[in-house]
Amino acid sequence: MNGVHDMGGMHGMGPIAPEANEPVFHAPWEGRVFALNRATAALGKWNIDASRHSIERLPPADYLRMSYYEKWLAALVTRLEDSGLVTRAELDSGRAALESSKATPPLTADQVPATVAERGWFERPANEPPRFAITQAVRAKKVNPMGHTRLPRYARGAVGVINRIHGAHVFPDSNAHFRGERPQHLYSVRFAARELWGAEAAARDSVYIDLWESYLDPA
Amino acid sequence: MRSGNGAEGRAGLGVMEEGVEHDHQELPSDPTLRVMALESLLVEKGFVDPAALDALIDTYEHKIGPRNGARIVARAWVDPEFKKRLLADAGAAITELGYACESREHLMVIENTPERHNLVVCTLCSCYPWPVLGLPPVWYKSAPYRSRAVIDPRGVLREFGLELDEAVEIRVWDSNSEMRYLVLPQRPEGSENMTEDELAALVCRDAMIGTAKVTLRGAAR
Repeated sequence: MNGVHDMGGMHGMGPIAPEANEPVFHAPWEGRVFALNRATAALGKWNIDASRHSIERLPPADYLRMSYYEKWLAALVTRLEDSGLVTRAELDSGRAALESSKATPPLTADQVPATVAERGWFERPANEPPRFAITQAVRAKKVNPMGHTRLPRYARGAVGVINRIHGAHVFPDSNAHFRGERPQHLYSVRFAARELWGAEAAARDSVYIDLWESYLDPA
Repeated sequence: MRSGNGAEGRAGLGVMEEGVEHDHQELPSDPTLRVMALESLLVEKGFVDPAALDALIDTYEHKIGPRNGARIVARAWVDPEFKKRLLADAGAAITELGYACESREHLMVIENTPERHNLVVCTLCSCYPWPVLGLPPVWYKSAPYRSRAVIDPRGVLREFGLELDEAVEIRVWDSNSEMRYLVLPQRPEGSENMTEDELAALVCRDAMIGTAKVTLRGAAR
């Protein structure tokens, strides 16, 4: 979707403000939101792409106004409700419905170290050989999908060169919508800065973007 | 306000956010209260174990952070064979360091040289190599950095106090897939006699994102 989250190349967002000696969490509630996101992921009702898409679907004004963990909180509530794990009435009252049964938490404290070490693995066996070869020129498709995609707007229509083949990876555009992993070859593609941004960009600079095979055409 | 938490708890937690509209006005607007209410509901339904939440927070506050990445960088500086393996297949190479990451990782390490500088961003969200750098700083996740790193990397670096010569090539890595990127910074001049541990102490987080260089002054951020 052409959302405000897809902000590569936008102007007017203000200065970058690095904070000296920044804490991991700025308030205890941020840590709780972070941990609730990790712990509820273990319920298996959504995947990482669906999580990202739930954040992207926040109203644009909210997306820009909210802090990072406010976005995580709002999107988590959306996912809990959309997946049927909790009802709107339960969220409003803060209490479980009388008729609801109590589950057993899928993630316990003693399982946390193993969970943390086991970041997801997204490469899958490839059904077909890669369509493109290293050094081959490719053009990122000019498309505007309504759903989740990881093809940034600033790359669409631009010509780049295949830099590396990462193997077949889970396809976010289908996985985010629970339409299957549909793995595709994933490529690191090098785009000259001038191809993306025009003649004012430095001649030798470039941007490397990871792009799935169906995002690309031969150039 | 109709949350599962007692009114005393709310009173003790103080101020409400001002001037902010929410879709559900009946919910407490202070994030602290909203999160407490949500957590208590999820615990009541048996979906989360509060002890697991504590353990997750403790892990990312105290156990996983940029010191992991700094160890990898220092090892690469003192061990050329390790560096070769790291640049060829970082996910496999970092398992040699055990503590940094116990599982395979979709990780690429990209090397800075006198002629080339690498910078990592995630324009679409906030993808960041957690196992080696911990959770990202706020600026990395912010709109100013995400919007400008790809179109104006030199301006961004200047804001971090890093002025690169026009002759230096800049490569920006948009981590828009599950691949994660870690910059291998240049080893600072004058560090020739330092031990691996001393070198690791010099490596700051920002140098592994690409918004700083490593200096003998050490790890400020």
